[in-house]
Amino acid sequence: MADHTEVEEVHEDSAADVTSAALEVAPYNVAGSRGPRFGAPLVEYVLRLGDDRLVLGHRLSEWCGHGPILEEDIAVANLALDLVGQATMFLGLAGELEGAGRDADALAFFRDGTAYRNALLVELPRGDFGFTMMRQFLFDAFSVVQLDALASCGHAQLAAIAAKSLKEAKYHVRHSGEWVVRLGDGTEESHARISRSLAELWRYTGELFERDVIDDAVEAHGIVFDHEAARARWEAIVHDVLQRATLEVPAPPIMASGGRRGRHTEHIGHLLSTMQSVARAHPGATW
Amino acid sequence: MSTTDTTPRYEGQLPADGLTVTGATQWPLWEVFTQAGKGAPHEHAGSVHATDAEHAMQNARDVYARRGEAVSLWVVPATAIVASAPGDAGPFFDPGNDKAYRHPQFYKVPRGVRVF
Amino acid sequence: MEQPITAQADESALVAAFEARIAAGESIEPKDWMPERYRKQLVRMMSQHAHSEVVGMLPEGNWITRAPSLRRKMSLIAKVQDEAGHGLYIYCGTETLGVDRHELLEQLLDGRAKYSSIFNYPTLSWADMGVIGWLVDGAAIVNQTILAKTSYGPYARAMVRICKEENFHKRQGYEICATLANGTPAQRAMLQEAVDRIWWPALMMFGPSDTDSPNSAELLKWRVKRKTNDELRQRFVNLTVPQAIAIGLTLPDPDLRFDESTGNWEFGEIDWTEFFQVIKGEGPCNRERLAARNQAHADGAWVREAAAAHAAKQQRSSTQAA
Repeated sequence: MADHTEVEEVHEDSAADVTSAALEVAPYNVAGSRGPRFGAPLVEYVLRLGDDRLVLGHRLSEWCGHGPILEEDIAVANLALDLVGQATMFLGLAGELEGAGRDADALAFFRDGTAYRNALLVELPRGDFGFTMMRQFLFDAFSVVQLDALASCGHAQLAAIAAKSLKEAKYHVRHSGEWVVRLGDGTEESHARISRSLAELWRYTGELFERDVIDDAVEAHGIVFDHEAARARWEAIVHDVLQRATLEVPAPPIMASGGRRGRHTEHIGHLLSTMQSVARAHPGATW
Repeated sequence: MSTTDTTPRYEGQLPADGLTVTGATQWPLWEVFTQAGKGAPHEHAGSVHATDAEHAMQNARDVYARRGEAVSLWVVPATAIVASAPGDAGPFFDPGNDKAYRHPQFYKVPRGVRVF
Repeated sequence: MEQPITAQADESALVAAFEARIAAGESIEPKDWMPERYRKQLVRMMSQHAHSEVVGMLPEGNWITRAPSLRRKMSLIAKVQDEAGHGLYIYCGTETLGVDRHELLEQLLDGRAKYSSIFNYPTLSWADMGVIGWLVDGAAIVNQTILAKTSYGPYARAMVRICKEENFHKRQGYEICATLANGTPAQRAMLQEAVDRIWWPALMMFGPSDTDSPNSAELLKWRVKRKTNDELRQRFVNLTVPQAIAIGLTLPDPDLRFDESTGNWEFGEIDWTEFFQVIKGEGPCNRERLAARNQAHADGAWVREAAAAHAAKQQRSSTQAA
């Protein structure tokens, strides 16, 4: 309440007074950097890896009990389990590297959306089963390429987690890729539906291969990731499957991005308000 | 819904149209065999519905090996399995019971000798 | 079904031989001769069981996206996944009796088939995930351990596999309960509230009282069931009360008391009016559960069609190539 009163009083003052008062500190405090505010590069980097997988795993878990056939309920749950498991390892490492006493749960349940570092692709609502599988495939193909590179990187802990996750990702891309083929080639309806999903999703794929200051900075820790080479490998996987699925590679649109620096779609807020509701209602509790 | 094969399919019975089920609602049934460890025999674990062999293999992996219970999987179209009929039990298997010489217990070993 | 028997053997001789096999503890296999009534009862019981697993995914699935820790999120996903798996194993078993899963699903979706009444209750707090694992899976395990010795081979084998997997469910449920019981006052209150709400519906899971169970005698005679509903219910109560005491919970039954002479925990009368109401489709969530299953089935139709169409195209092209 005290804050409100103060604000009111400021507004009641004349504009000239406010300006002159503010100007006394202005040269130092107002002109901030244009760039995003990042934490320590290595922590940022590992958060990106963890958040991609946590958010996508969460989206997949929304399918539990609502899949098109029982076998697929089980398969999608497996994908979700693997991804949340990978996220737990990456976030655990991020917390350790940060050294502020935050574990994987603290990072997952007590960060706001703007502190999340996942790519926009993974936070989009699950859509229909075709949308879910197309998104999964586009991510899985990226994940395989990314983890394959990281598995031999110079940061031992990160490399170990990547190597373990890579085994899972290889299976995932096979599963989601086969679904893209089935749905693309299947019926007129399925072809139309999954073509639409591909078109909607395509503009979120560019962000996966964007390089920024964080990528440059972690090279000092032995984490060298060639984004252009990765994109070429990803395209090879994606084009092959799309071709088998009788789907056309969309023309390159203007790519959407922002998740890596906390500039998300509005979906992240709703996703997190669900995910974090119980944990945040009981801060400090053990589960 | 389009034409659905409503013929009940179970062990040993062949649907008239083989594996091509164009009906939307029911994919063909595949029997799943899992091998628990290297060197162990493949044993029947259950079945899954799937459209083709690769699909059946993936479903079998997710359903019957999600706890790491298997090192190898076989999937077989349920319709390809031919089972002996219970009525054959006599003529088929009884003769085997007579042939005690097929079982190791048939052969006497001198006391105190360990045979492998 | 094919009946490979000599023409002159009459039905009663077959039934006698069948019952002799059961009495001798043999298991009945899919292609064995069986009375039509036995087959029908099995289909009814097994499909109800499978439906229960499938519908049972919904109340717990409701909390997956809100699980308060990553570990809990994973174990809950794994548990709901197991339920899909268990439904699948039992449907497989039922298919050996010559019915399609598709046929059984239709019966579930149009409301003809029954499933366990417990899943028509809502899940209202995170504590329900603990209490369902502890009480509902606990009750299911009591039931299923006995069913693992049922006379029909495929059902028994599915049960053996399921029992192995379900042990984890009960343990994770009880672990959640014990954690909440040792937690903050708000967590303890949340837990007690869930127990108060779920205790009686959990006791109802064993079905009507023996005096009121139309199918029991026949199922027991053919050793499809090996114990009566009331015997199993008592066994469950005896196992569970000490577990409640161990974590400082009270059970919502003023008549609950230990009887030294029988060694049983005596309990109060179940509200059978509520039980039959839920069974008849008038429980708190019957409509929501069926609507969710129907929605999933309808939403998935184009996916199932597409997969079948793709496979058919592949097969045609490989036939042409050959």
